[in-house]
Amino acid sequence: MGAYVLRRLSYGIGVVFGVLFLLFILFFTVTKPDDIARRALGEKAPPEVIEQWKINHGYDRPLWPWQDWDDNLLFDHYERMLTFDFGLSDADDSPITERIASGVGPSLSLTVPLLVLGILVAIPLSLLVAFFRETYIDRMGVFLCVLAMSVSMLLYIIGAQFLIGKVLRWYPISGFDSNLLMLPRFLALPLIVGVLSGVGGDVRFYRTVFLEESSRDFVRTARAKGASEARIMTRHVLRNAMIPILTNVVLAIPFLFTGALLLEAFFGIPGLGSITVDAIAANDFSTLRTMVFIGSLLFILGQIATDLSYGLVDPRVRFE
Amino acid sequence: MSALLEVRGLRTVFPGESGPVPVVDDIAFDLDRSEVLALVGESGSGKSMTALSILRLVPKPGRVDAGAVALEGENLLDLPVTAMRRIRGRRISMIFQEPMTCLNPVLPVGAQVVEAIQLHEAISTVDARARTRDLFAEVGIPDPEARLDAYPHQLSGGLKQRVMIAMALSTRPEILIADEPTTALDVTVQAQILALLRDLQRERRMAILLITHDLGTVNELADRVAVMYAGRLVEVAERRALLSEPLHPYTRGLLRSMPALARPGERLPEIPGVVPPPDQWPSGCRFSTRCAERFEPCADRVPSETEPAPGRRVWCHDVERRLDGGAGK
Ligand SMILES: Nc1ncnc2c1ncn2[C@@H]1O[C@H](COP(=O)(O)OP(=O)(O)O)[C@@H](O)[C@H]1O
Ligand SMILES: [Mg+2]
Repeated sequence: MGAYVLRRLSYGIGVVFGVLFLLFILFFTVTKPDDIARRALGEKAPPEVIEQWKINHGYDRPLWPWQDWDDNLLFDHYERMLTFDFGLSDADDSPITERIASGVGPSLSLTVPLLVLGILVAIPLSLLVAFFRETYIDRMGVFLCVLAMSVSMLLYIIGAQFLIGKVLRWYPISGFDSNLLMLPRFLALPLIVGVLSGVGGDVRFYRTVFLEESSRDFVRTARAKGASEARIMTRHVLRNAMIPILTNVVLAIPFLFTGALLLEAFFGIPGLGSITVDAIAANDFSTLRTMVFIGSLLFILGQIATDLSYGLVDPRVRFE
Repeated sequence: MSALLEVRGLRTVFPGESGPVPVVDDIAFDLDRSEVLALVGESGSGKSMTALSILRLVPKPGRVDAGAVALEGENLLDLPVTAMRRIRGRRISMIFQEPMTCLNPVLPVGAQVVEAIQLHEAISTVDARARTRDLFAEVGIPDPEARLDAYPHQLSGGLKQRVMIAMALSTRPEILIADEPTTALDVTVQAQILALLRDLQRERRMAILLITHDLGTVNELADRVAVMYAGRLVEVAERRALLSEPLHPYTRGLLRSMPALARPGERLPEIPGVVPPPDQWPSGCRFSTRCAERFEPCADRVPSETEPAPGRRVWCHDVERRLDGGAGK
């Protein structure tokens, strides 16, 4: 198993290298260091100030190694990321590590309940529609899922803010409070929206998994020995369906840390998602690359965790 | 006295493009106590569907459309679902063709047999486990104690089928339905499993509905044989009578294609063609499209049941004609 983890890790390092390279190319194809400076200093900043800013932030160097082997932005980019030296934000010179540390809490306070609630809602619903397969309950369920999936997240956000926040005035429209007593009031709307917009796709996916497992030969065996349909679903189908479902869930865990981009931005939650959205809007390369780097690291760790969790639910899996 | 299991007019259909298509059509037979009845026919004849219909396990969207399946006079097709569950696995058990996929891959095999016992008996897990171990020993699983905690993928096909047999026998059913129990196994393992089934049947005196497409298996085990073609019975007879003097052209074809009965060096004659799919079954005698004996009424009229000898039933226009001729009208 150690060898297995090592193999996955080395593969992961390759992925991280690729992601960092892609980000670098994409960013600097559309944005020049001058643009970063101008966004930080304001459109009217005089050229000398811009030059000085670039020198201070290291953007006076050429982009590519072939322009200057010893001192170029690409190598610096890799060096800083791989040594976890994230530095200062290009937008406001705040230390990035500190900003991330302050954003993790708000992000997790939204994303963890979102994941748990999503599972708690999606699995019973999908078991229900799968149990009533090929009846009108099933067809209604699938129809509602597709409907829920087709509505844009933005519409949910605006709809929820208007209806629940403004008309009914149940919960605040947006904002955040780290006080544990106040927090749930602020999280209510983004959680409702998050569950609503995600549950359709999840139920449809889980339903497919359950239906596939329901048609297996061992289910027929269980029926032949006299097991009830409910028992078959919970003992035989669910256990086997956990394998693909776990993949789905464990793969989502890393992204709990990177936050929910749209939800955080629209509901004013000062989490990592908001930081990322702000960084994109502000041409803040140093913050953006840090978020992408951390995201890709977490993704790889998540994949390894997924594979290892297979071993827990599927006795056939052995790691060589 | 009536038979243990009486199947009458059984008809099972699947929805087709132009209405329901029968895959089992007007099947009727008896299964006596401690009798082994073989249900024989080529692949696609509807043998498995007949068996699944008896247990009401026909996969959707198929359904049993007509008929009766009486277990000691009680029609299983009329039972409420919960009552039917008490029949399955307790009075009628079933084992399947594919031991590879018939066990739940994420549960230890012992636990799956324990489940079968506990579904029908109020018995502690410890006691059910002890009984499972004894059953494993009885069906010839080496080192039964250790095998209780094995997962299916750790066992060979033969061992898995033995586990299935142990599971099926765990509640001492009166009837075992064995759907091609050896087809998916190696030849040597096939012989062992057949021998096991024969021994178990003798000791426990249970009735077996043995489904097979292999007349060699019939010769080993069966008391009586029902031959099925394209959803219908074509001939029912005592094993010896059927093997020595087959009356239906289809039975004769099956017998001729059996390696054990051919002379050395002789090429095995096959019945030309294959069983057509259910929506293309001819309206008269279903076998008429492949029959060498075919004559004018065969394609148009369904042959009626004839009883050329006591306990022997044949559905064939040719046999009917010869019987009528022999009786001198
Ligand atoms: N799920 C299904 N849907 C439609 N037709 C089916 C289904 N399962 C079996 N059949 C049809 O029923 C017929 C009988 O099948 P089966 O009982 O499995 O035959 P056998 O066991 O004799 O090989 C086959 O011709 C097959 O095409
Ligand atoms: Mg079959």
